[in-house]
Amino acid sequence: MAGHATAQVDNATAWGGKTSPFNVSYGKLMMWFFLVSDALTFSGLLVSYGVVRHTTTEAWPIGEETFSSLPFLGHGYPLIYVAIMTFILIVSSVTMVLAVEAGHRMDKKGVMKWMVATIIGGFFFLGSQAWEWSHFIHGSEFGSIELADGSRAIVRGHMGEFQSFTIVEGGKHHKTGDVLSPTAKEEENKLSSEELLHDFRHAAALGHVKGDKIRLHDGSIATWKKADDHEMEIRVKTDGSGQKIKGLQRIEGADALKTYWGVVTSGEKGRVIYGADLTENEYGPSQYGQFFFFITGFHGFHVFSGVMINILIFLGVARGVYHKRGHYEMVEKTGLYWHFVDLVWVFVFTFFYLV
Amino acid sequence: MERDDIYEYSLDNHHSEEQGKKVRRKIWVVTAILTVITTIEVAIGALVHQDSSSWWIVKLLFIGLTLLKAGYIVLTFMHLGDERKALKYVILAPYALFIIYLIYIAINEANAVHQAWETYGG
Repeated sequence: MAGHATAQVDNATAWGGKTSPFNVSYGKLMMWFFLVSDALTFSGLLVSYGVVRHTTTEAWPIGEETFSSLPFLGHGYPLIYVAIMTFILIVSSVTMVLAVEAGHRMDKKGVMKWMVATIIGGFFFLGSQAWEWSHFIHGSEFGSIELADGSRAIVRGHMGEFQSFTIVEGGKHHKTGDVLSPTAKEEENKLSSEELLHDFRHAAALGHVKGDKIRLHDGSIATWKKADDHEMEIRVKTDGSGQKIKGLQRIEGADALKTYWGVVTSGEKGRVIYGADLTENEYGPSQYGQFFFFITGFHGFHVFSGVMINILIFLGVARGVYHKRGHYEMVEKTGLYWHFVDLVWVFVFTFFYLV
Repeated sequence: MERDDIYEYSLDNHHSEEQGKKVRRKIWVVTAILTVITTIEVAIGALVHQDSSSWWIVKLLFIGLTLLKAGYIVLTFMHLGDERKALKYVILAPYALFIIYLIYIAINEANAVHQAWETYGG
């Protein structure tokens, strides 16, 4: 393929100065050196992730349980979304290598076409990652729960829609007797079922749901009405002493509903966790969330800089800078960086989502 | 100022229309391989549960497939397979040596700590 040596040189000439024994330009060699050092950084991060995962005695989150949602379609699609993200990045790597190939034929239009495609692919990936992060941070409808014996469990199933909150004791905003619902006539009482769910989760996380009463953030007390949950399944992951439970321990059917709502309506703070931040997450040990944010964030930062560099080089191509220079090696060098970003994602994908 | 790096090496990086055809063919073949591998990985990940006793085989398979993908990306997309052997090994050998050692020692240590925590409490 391209980028290879054409003329052979004997050893004396090769190592005697003036020529490079590697037969590459200074810029390309330095790009390779940079990539090796960056690869060491990412390896260090992934190895430390491995160390934490191997030391922990708690149950580590499972990829297909944690990442099973698609935009607009809800959950029940294990790993499909990350697979699409991976595919987008691979395709943008392909368009980049096609741009490099066009450069070797001095085909300026071809280089421009494929670089535009690469830049679009990069933006698509960044957008997907933003959705992924948002979804990870907000978490599932049910969250994870701490059972009576101190063990931790994740909850799966379909949550029934929230229909209304009826205020039984007024607070700062709501008066006694107000009904907050999607069909309320007054504008200030009109809340969609998603907004009701959001307020409910907020209160439950703080321990503000007790018995059949919920305390809203303005201090008013309300009762709620919601549709029934379906196919609820509680999967107990870690026992009360922080040790992983081996094998499957599930609670299903009516028992699951009773257990789950018992915990949520206990009025105790911290028994339900929704989503993820840097101190805790519903998926598993806190370190899992920390590594997720750091490693995928660091990779996303690389993608972002890659897109920016690609845009700069694209402008150079469009202005004919490289055509005048007689070769498109700048495209090749940015291409190296862009492929490297794809390469790192291949490993992040395996160790975060698959294994 | 004359840029000798540009004149000596970069100008060699050209190929003809026919060579380009071959190169593009290879690119599309590698694209297909990478897509198929990713599809297989996702299918296995979604179908086999991590608590099953054969999970370690799947784990090894995943790592193997990942290295295969990485190989295709580095050697074909990044053209390292077409560079001088000296350059190829200057990049790959020290890196591989260091990382294999790091993985070995770090994961071993982690497993030992895990056992201690499991036995005596974390």
